[in-house]
Amino acid sequence: MQRALALGMVVAIGVLLVFTVSTNLLPFGSFPSRQIGENFDNSIGQQILENAPQQTGAANVVTSVVWGYRGYDTLGEVTVLFAAVVSVVMIFRAFGRRE
Amino acid sequence: MAGMTVIVRTIARLLFPFTFLFGAYIVIHGHLTPGGGFPGGVIIAASIVMLILAYGIERAQKKVGFLHAEVLESVGGIAIVILGLFGLLLGISFLQNVFPLGELGQLFSAGNLPLLYLGVGVKVTAGIILIFYAMLFAFRGEEE
Repeated sequence: MQRALALGMVVAIGVLLVFTVSTNLLPFGSFPSRQIGENFDNSIGQQILENAPQQTGAANVVTSVVWGYRGYDTLGEVTVLFAAVVSVVMIFRAFGRRE
Repeated sequence: MAGMTVIVRTIARLLFPFTFLFGAYIVIHGHLTPGGGFPGGVIIAASIVMLILAYGIERAQKKVGFLHAEVLESVGGIAIVILGLFGLLLGISFLQNVFPLGELGQLFSAGNLPLLYLGVGVKVTAGIILIFYAMLFAFRGEEE
């Protein structure tokens, strides 16, 4: 019973996600706020490439994206690393104690 | 784990400073050249893992122990959050740059980006060493 319920939930969520993506979002392969016709330079990537050295002062554009424009994202990345380390230590401690 | 032969120990001792320096260079120059805290931290951790493999876990633990790595990892994470809170306290936003930008391309430039990468480097180094120690401790009983 529980297994059937879980399977039904997964299928329902999958159908919902596919439906949402296929109807409401941008067409496949198109960048946000980028129009091929007139405003070719208006994409987010082009803006970052042009303005990153003046805005963040870093010569490495990748760094200015990673910690300058997307700082929250990288903080989450560091949190994921912390969670991974904690779980590995936890699992191997339990593993060593049992033997 | 009791360490390896004299040949391996000598090579590890000679290679350790260069590997460590290369990792530190990658971390510190993260805002100027390709690289940054994540790969640089892994290189530093690899240099210390090399020492642990060559000299045995007992001698290596006196230099960099499990507790050292645990504390260092927490310190790295807390340093990043505190650097982010500087921006929040000055009323801009979290993780916003509050330090002067400096001249483009110099080592001391780009405000808080090098400091954040330093925190990430310390954290990644300590995390990799922690994982290595945890695996060593789990399988140590089988060997002896």
